[in-house]
Amino acid sequence: MSGKEPETLLGHLPFLKEIPVHTLHSILTAIILSGISIYIFIKLKRLDDYTTPDEKPSIRGFFEFITQFFSDILTGIVGEEGKKFVPFVTSIFVFILFSNLLGLIPGFYPPTMNINTNAGIAGFVFLSYNYFGFRAHGISYLKQFLGPIPLLAFLFLPVEMISHIFRPVSLSIRLFGNIFGDHTALETFTSLVPILVPSIFMLLGLIVSIVQAFVFALLSGIYISLAISHEH
Amino acid sequence: MRKVIEKVMVVSFLLFVPAICFAAEEGTQGVENASIKTALAIASGLAIAIAAFGGAFGQSRAITAAMEGISRNPEAQPRMFVLLILGLAFIESLVIYAFVISLMLQGKI
Repeated sequence: MSGKEPETLLGHLPFLKEIPVHTLHSILTAIILSGISIYIFIKLKRLDDYTTPDEKPSIRGFFEFITQFFSDILTGIVGEEGKKFVPFVTSIFVFILFSNLLGLIPGFYPPTMNINTNAGIAGFVFLSYNYFGFRAHGISYLKQFLGPIPLLAFLFLPVEMISHIFRPVSLSIRLFGNIFGDHTALETFTSLVPILVPSIFMLLGLIVSIVQAFVFALLSGIYISLAISHEH
Repeated sequence: MRKVIEKVMVVSFLLFVPAICFAAEEGTQGVENASIKTALAIASGLAIAIAAFGGAFGQSRAITAAMEGISRNPEAQPRMFVLLILGLAFIESLVIYAFVISLMLQGKI
């Protein structure tokens, strides 16, 4: 929306100046997540028994909790075959969550505050659920676009097409608007009262980050379940 | 005779009023942007205000219904929670669209 590039800590490094800010921070998020996954992988490799959980709260326990949570939800939405999509949905959730949380650290910029990052993820979701639909039904997946009654197919086709095309748009704009609005509120109140008051908005930002990442992942799961359902 | 006059009046009204509007639009473009900027400022403020009112109203109704449902049947809470968050997100996304539109208007001032 704004033409000016925002100031960040990483933007001051000389060789990183040329890269757009949201790309830089997406790469940073990806590096952080890769580091965490390598750490957990090495830790799991040293263990004899994978199934015993850690005694104290740990990073591994946190990620296991997220995976279990989405496994339960996807089983509720899709059914027993929903377990196949747990890695897909959970990785989207984790990436968006960490991108959002990166913005709460002063001096960093959340990659999801730029609509290009969100549109990239949403376009990926769009292509994926169509692929899953084709994989589940073959060419008869296209029948879903024609509605239940063959005579009224000419009415259903444009409506379904528009609603399908609007899905990635609404996904990306929702995430962008929430994160952008939250940061604008935080910025405004920081400039008004620099002490103590911004912490309330940071708490609000934490809630918004978690809820929006959850909504994005949940909607991806629901789109997949609609694409592969056998009801039509 | 009177009906014919009425019809002619209505048709001419419908034909000429848009022409007047277009003429007015062309006139202001060249003169100055101050009034357009005022209108943009008022519109961007009103857009988010009305959207926030509607969104808050809708969300309050959704939360009321969910609370009532949970207090009647506490065991259904996990299933209701997911649907509640989903519904709230859908309601809120409309407010967010209005917010984005308001930002776009603000960018034009």
